[in-house]
Amino acid sequence: MTQMKGWKEIPIGGMILEAGNSEEYNTGDWRAFRPVFGEADCTNCMLCWLNCPDSSILVDAENEEMIGFDLKHCKGCGICAAVCPVNAGVIRRADGEVAKDDPRLCIRMVEEGKFQEVGDE
Amino acid sequence: MSKFEALTGNAAVSNAMRQINPDVVAAYPITPQTDTVQTFSEFVADGLVDTEFVTVESEHSAMSACVGASSAGARVMTATSANGLALMWEIVYIAASNRCPIVMSLVNRALSAPINIHCDHSDVMGIRDSGWIILMSENGQEAYDNIIQAIRIGEHPDVLLPVAVCQDGFITSHSLERVELFDDQEVQDFIGTRESEWPLLDVDDPKTFGPLDFYDYYYEHKRQQVEAMENAQGVIREVTQEFNERFGRNYGLFEGYRLEDAEVAVIAANSTAGTAKTAVDNLRDEGLKAGLIKLRVFRPFPGQELAAALRDVNAVAVMDRAISFGAMDNAGPLFSEVVSALVLNDVHVPVADYVYGLGGRDIRPDEIESVYRELFDIAESGEVKLRVQFLGVRE
Repeated sequence: MTQMKGWKEIPIGGMILEAGNSEEYNTGDWRAFRPVFGEADCTNCMLCWLNCPDSSILVDAENEEMIGFDLKHCKGCGICAAVCPVNAGVIRRADGEVAKDDPRLCIRMVEEGKFQEVGDE
Repeated sequence: MSKFEALTGNAAVSNAMRQINPDVVAAYPITPQTDTVQTFSEFVADGLVDTEFVTVESEHSAMSACVGASSAGARVMTATSANGLALMWEIVYIAASNRCPIVMSLVNRALSAPINIHCDHSDVMGIRDSGWIILMSENGQEAYDNIIQAIRIGEHPDVLLPVAVCQDGFITSHSLERVELFDDQEVQDFIGTRESEWPLLDVDDPKTFGPLDFYDYYYEHKRQQVEAMENAQGVIREVTQEFNERFGRNYGLFEGYRLEDAEVAVIAANSTAGTAKTAVDNLRDEGLKAGLIKLRVFRPFPGQELAAALRDVNAVAVMDRAISFGAMDNAGPLFSEVVSALVLNDVHVPVADYVYGLGGRDIRPDEIESVYRELFDIAESGEVKLRVQFLGVRE
């Protein structure tokens, strides 16, 4: 939690004087589920990157690889896991239901509470 | 050199606007303000000003356009009355909260219903808590003088709040009176140029205006508005003093008329203060020591100063041209403020409220004289029999 400023320390009228400071807003702490790479191989199709509403899919642009999640800003909506075609393949091949935190998936959504003991990844 | 012209209160304000030459004016016509902006639009058409004149489809849009332009760094003016102000309502608060020093001529008119186009103060009393500075004017001349000062007051870096300058609908807005117009250049020299520290149109240094502001910071921003309002009183004093020196006036936060040795006093605002002066003079001719306070600055309310000015009188009457329905005894809004100011400053004097003049009902000197006569009775008995009276209503 950052230190909250007093009324003498902030710009008047709710003005925000620095452009692009939404990055400083740690929306990651809203998260109930956390996206985690599973065992299935990512094909770097970039559908998760395309669909993420918070630009929280991290990409190595040079090697055109999806490399993880920006957990400071990811709100855990799970759209990445829902649109992932590799996940869809795993679910189609599997017998019966596949839980959203099944380790066989490419992107699995794990309850945030399960990470509390080890802290942020 | 200044010159004297026969002008209505509205035209006096139009001329102040011409001399101020604001960057943007956005307004929608409403009686009795209409010919303020209509006359000003002629100045625009004649090329006498450089103003971007925005004709909008409603008062809500008018004030919205004003907020946008003011945020951009422009010097912005508008005008409205009654229901127009009511339609602006949402943006009236936003103008103050976004710290836009817009100057608005508010020609006071009764709010509907029943529909009525004549004067009372129910419109301005509705925005008393909105964060606007509010100045009252006895006549067209004072409206003109106040409008010019309002530019400096609102734009002061320690203030940055919008200012509403009131005058009474029809009674002064449409009465032809002798008005002194200052030299155009002298007005320009007095008001200077608006320098916005954070202009929205500064594309090299972009900023965010009007963002979402929750429980974590909204309260702090409200506290800042309190500070601005606190600062406003000092700034009003400074600007007023400079104005008085430059233009030969004698304004203060309020005017005490024959108050020094007065035994009883009436508090009134706008044109009724002028009528009350006649009543005071008549009573003084009879040897009765009547005095008057004409309120000029309603927001920020000069409570301490008013209490000090009333410390030596034996009875006070407040003239309220509005009702605060459901308030204690259904008193007018000014009464509550004055009573609080007196009590909190340890001035314990009987106070009576006289609601009057709603919907443009005439108020005559003899009616105000009757108020004074009741005040002398109250002063003698020390007892207010009827705390709130509805002066001039038919039973």
